[in-house]
Amino acid sequence: MPSLTRRDFLKLSAASAALAAAGCSAPREPIVPYAAQPEATLPGVPRFYASAASFVGAAEGVLIESNTGRPTKVEGNLAHPGSLGATSVHGQASVLELWDPERSQAPRRRRLPAARDSFERELNDALARAEARHGAGVRILAPTVCSPALQSQMAGLASRLPEARVHRWDPLNRDHAHEGARLAFGRQLEPVYRLEESRALLSLDCRFMEDEPGRLSYIRQFAGARTPKRETMNRLYVLESAPSLGGAMADHRYAMPVAAIERWLLKLAADPSQDRVMRAIWDDLRKNQGLVLAGESLAPWAHALVHKLNRALDAPVSLVEPIDPRPETHARSIAELARAMHAGEVELLLILEGNPAYDVPAGLGFAQALARVPLSVHLSLYEDETSALCTWHLPATHYLEHWSDARAFEGTAAIVQPLIAPLYGGISPHELLSLLLRRPQRGYDVVRAHWRGIDWEGALRAGVVADTAFRAERPALRDFDLPQAADAPAWSVRFVADQSVLAGRFSNNAWLQELPRSDSKITWDNAALVSSDSARELGVQTGDMLELATQAGAVSAPAYVIPGHADRTVVLALGYGRTRAGSVGNRVGVDAGRLRGSGALWTAPLAGVRKTAGRHEFATTQDHARMEGRDHAKHIALADLVGKARAFADETPEHSLYPAWPYDSYRWAMSVSLNTCVGCNACTIACQAENNIPTVGKEEVARGREMHWIRVDRYFEAGRALFMPVPCMHCENAPCEYVCPVGAPVHDSEGLNLQVYNRCVGTRFCSQNCPYKVRRFNFLEYSRSEEPLKAQKNPEVTVRMRGVMEKCTYCVQRITRARIEADRENRRIRDGEVVTACQAACPAGAIVFGDLSDGNSRVSEAKRSPLRYELLAELNTRPRTSYEGRVLNPNPELA
Amino acid sequence: MSDVAAPLRRWSYASVGDKIADIVLTRPARWPWLAGFAASFAGTLALFGAIAWLFIKGVGIFGINIPVAWGFAIANFVWWIGIGHAGTFISAILLLLRQKWRTSINRFAEAMTLFAAGIAGLFPILHLGRPWFFYWLAPYPNVMELWPQWRSALVWDIFAISTYLIVSLLFWYAGLIPDLATLRDRATSRVKQLLYGLFALGWRGEARHWARHESAYLLLAGLATPLVVSVHSVVSLDFAICIVPGYHSTIFPPYFVAGALFSGFAMVLTLAIPMRHFFGLEDFITLRHLENSAKVLLACGWVVAYGYFIETFTAWYSGDPYEIAMAQDRLTGFYAPAYWFLLACNVLVPQLFWWRRARRSVWLLFAISIVVNLGMWTERAVIVIQSMHRDFMPSSWGLFIPTVWDWTILLGSIAFFAFLFLLFLRFLPAISISEMRELVHEEKAQ
Repeated sequence: MPSLTRRDFLKLSAASAALAAAGCSAPREPIVPYAAQPEATLPGVPRFYASAASFVGAAEGVLIESNTGRPTKVEGNLAHPGSLGATSVHGQASVLELWDPERSQAPRRRRLPAARDSFERELNDALARAEARHGAGVRILAPTVCSPALQSQMAGLASRLPEARVHRWDPLNRDHAHEGARLAFGRQLEPVYRLEESRALLSLDCRFMEDEPGRLSYIRQFAGARTPKRETMNRLYVLESAPSLGGAMADHRYAMPVAAIERWLLKLAADPSQDRVMRAIWDDLRKNQGLVLAGESLAPWAHALVHKLNRALDAPVSLVEPIDPRPETHARSIAELARAMHAGEVELLLILEGNPAYDVPAGLGFAQALARVPLSVHLSLYEDETSALCTWHLPATHYLEHWSDARAFEGTAAIVQPLIAPLYGGISPHELLSLLLRRPQRGYDVVRAHWRGIDWEGALRAGVVADTAFRAERPALRDFDLPQAADAPAWSVRFVADQSVLAGRFSNNAWLQELPRSDSKITWDNAALVSSDSARELGVQTGDMLELATQAGAVSAPAYVIPGHADRTVVLALGYGRTRAGSVGNRVGVDAGRLRGSGALWTAPLAGVRKTAGRHEFATTQDHARMEGRDHAKHIALADLVGKARAFADETPEHSLYPAWPYDSYRWAMSVSLNTCVGCNACTIACQAENNIPTVGKEEVARGREMHWIRVDRYFEAGRALFMPVPCMHCENAPCEYVCPVGAPVHDSEGLNLQVYNRCVGTRFCSQNCPYKVRRFNFLEYSRSEEPLKAQKNPEVTVRMRGVMEKCTYCVQRITRARIEADRENRRIRDGEVVTACQAACPAGAIVFGDLSDGNSRVSEAKRSPLRYELLAELNTRPRTSYEGRVLNPNPELA
Repeated sequence: MSDVAAPLRRWSYASVGDKIADIVLTRPARWPWLAGFAASFAGTLALFGAIAWLFIKGVGIFGINIPVAWGFAIANFVWWIGIGHAGTFISAILLLLRQKWRTSINRFAEAMTLFAAGIAGLFPILHLGRPWFFYWLAPYPNVMELWPQWRSALVWDIFAISTYLIVSLLFWYAGLIPDLATLRDRATSRVKQLLYGLFALGWRGEARHWARHESAYLLLAGLATPLVVSVHSVVSLDFAICIVPGYHSTIFPPYFVAGALFSGFAMVLTLAIPMRHFFGLEDFITLRHLENSAKVLLACGWVVAYGYFIETFTAWYSGDPYEIAMAQDRLTGFYAPAYWFLLACNVLVPQLFWWRRARRSVWLLFAISIVVNLGMWTERAVIVIQSMHRDFMPSSWGLFIPTVWDWTILLGSIAFFAFLFLLFLRFLPAISISEMRELVHEEKAQ
């Protein structure tokens, strides 16, 4: 600055000094200090609120962690029967959904932003016309409604607009189960399994660990009955047409197409003695309090038949009212709606969430029919495929933003309470319905009015409304006709709800997209899963394109070869090939819905299947599925376990060059039970949510740079999938510690193997030397996130910059929180006071964490298990994380 | 001996000085040099461009991942350090062993060492996740009150490499002083006189100067000698202290030193052959020099081959399933073509040197030197990458696929090396004038 004179410089200095002084002075208006804090609102101390979330047609109770008003993490609610303290992957990911910057933020009319007032005017005009016709032409479409308050609002509609019709369409509906009960008992009933009472389970294509409304409870019950004692350990037989978690846990698994399972069932019901396997299974079921579970893919008559078998077995299954009882099936309901729309009978259509333009079977022409509806209104979280075709799109509130209620799989109701005011001024379904009823109400008032007379505060505190579970019924069995065994089609396609995105609800959720699917370890994709033999027959390898055609349509999907899968059955997950999901979910995978006809929601014969030109690159987190004889995921047959003090030889060398670490305090340790782990991924995503773990995107996953701190390894061995969660082992002789030139990995006084992010310069020597490969590196600036996603971050965990190594910390922030609490009360941390994020989420209770210096702690007890072993013990790393091997319980008659 | 010096009988004190100083002072730049300079300058720009991008984006621009978290950067580091070995070996050890034939090649070999070691020193920094904190690896007083973690081989590396660089620089510079004085005296432009004069440190060629110079030079040679062994031994410990099969191996220190000499001598040939051709130095760098280098190559090649054999043998003999799997993967896995390629380059091809005619065929020597350079780089890459891609947990197995940035930085570093060497040729005497004169004198005296 050559022109700057001394005078100018002084002037500028004075001016900036004055500005700085102004910046430090108090505002002119009086401000009030935060002297009287609201009770229990301590900055930096999170609070938890009970609520409930519904993902697969029933509520899962949740506790939401709120940090100074920001919901940051979802935990399970121990008191809630649909959670039992655990969370599903969807529950964990729902907090990311809340903060998704691509959520719809304003009402839109014909895709242009519009005011809510003008919507209400237009609605009222339409309603005035409709009321003159007693509501004729008014239709409401909703997916499965788990909210009793909403159900009663819908019922209230009948009195105001008697001609109005309410329809249901849920792409993951339970039509077959309900129709099956109608066949068997004359009315819709929902089976609620009491798995812990059974010692012999037969699952007929029933995805009870991932798709059934009681999934979290079922996993816990199943795991509970997996204790390796000869008298009580259960045995699981699975016949399945698509790889499932249950199939991986099965003691005997038979992969076959749906039609073959149905034929098998017919034979079983007719005469189980005609086949050796069938006889052995049936005998076992009869002797051991057997229970048969029927999957949604089976035809209604098969469900009815299973009811009959369960009745014959006196099986531990309760029959209860469905959460959302309907006089007609979803398939029929949506078909009728589509017909009416085409016929021009629909004047006003209200779509309460769901995405029918994307997920209704293509043959019904729902998207085209929408154009014939004069006023269509779509309420949803995202501006999606349906929103684009409707007159009005209204932004919905997230379940963390509104008041509502929801029933669990066995009927127990819970109040959904908001933790934050709607971020974008959305409307809740209750509020929208109240507009339709011409009695605008706040959601709170609707829910409060519905639950008049209960202990409201108590219900909010507990997260459940007491004594609302459905009563188990015991209706009489009726006779029904069985079909003749039909010939199975040569090739068939099997549709399944995607483990991560379900039927598309979570397409725009990066955590879920990047969560490796348990069976294939694919991320950011769906795939046409084919068995090895089928792949050979088709001449395809993983990544080759397959042209699939059913009566409904045709798609081209990349093949993925999966061992042990049913031959000639192509599995394709729903929820992909979205076009208006958002920047995360658009153009990911292929849309299975285009093959899905309204009469064949779960399986359909393939009119054509052939290899076509082109290749597709999958991004998988585990490229090698075989264990190569290394025996990392150990297992033993129950019969071989008897009388053994240790199931697996201890390979830890006796001597070490290093002296043992001295500990005079806690010694934290973890035990992971492979015997109960079902491989559901809840731990991985819970850890991601707790520890601010970034997602990296498909390309980076393909390069091998996913960031998950706890991964679930999956090995195929003898047609069986073995799952193995692998967090940091927190070795006593940690290979990572001695190689770091700057001492970023530190062994702490309680045995934690810490990583000091500030100190890390990124040599990656630690990862090179880690035999477990659990360290994760920020190769690029992965942690950068836009507003408001930053608000989701856990304030107790550092966000790591690029160039820094990170890994599992045993949730050191939770240990610290417990330590502060204990120090205040001048006591030691109690057993069970520190619960790691993975442990908290785990539905199977497979992860135990605690203090080894306390001989009575649960982790000490787990380490005394005869099944205990350490991963790669022969390397003398002396891991603090140990495993309990898996126990297989095969039927001796089937050996 | 006479074989080396025989052509020198044609030369006198003055003509030796003329010939060598001419390259620096008077000879105009001709097209081969200009073309080489242009190409290497372009490559150097590409290198620095890539480094800038690397610093902006992070090491994620490379093909590294988990499990293969070290990639080309580390392979390049080890390779360049290896190349940096021959210079000191030729200068110091051969000096101590009174191998007079070393005289005409030691100067440029030392320059090669310096440039190679300098470039090698870049790579550990380039490979860091947060390169701006590279100095945390060095012990220095700081407000964090933290020392480096002394059990890490990377800290040893810092000392080994910096010591090596400093001693090599001193040794090279000490040898240069009399020649700088010669250039000062012969230079015609004032700037050159000043600059050469400045660095000649007032050398006047007095007997006292010579006496002190000789003893200092000898002492430095003594100091440099253990470094030849120590540097690459320490570098090899970066791998050997790991517990991962393919890294964890006690044979690494000698095996790495032999490999370093092997690649270093190959690089000496790669540089010497074009240099003597284009600058007409055939009388100074004779066929005998080249032949001796070929013999060294042959010998080192066998040590390296022994290393390959012992690695595989030990894997089998240990009975350790992970070691065996690693060795099998090396021989038959995804990177097996690279392994067989390096065996061909480093073991098979150098066997041609059993034949005297091969050792004395300049262009064959040149070709083989390139092959050995390629082979040795591949060896480093295979050790660094292949060992890691399939270690203990099959679930974490993966592949390293180099990206365009991996290649740019590798090729760019070679271009940068060539760039520095070409500048060296034009600004400093590539052959020691004073030592050549001594040799001429001794030859005449006989």
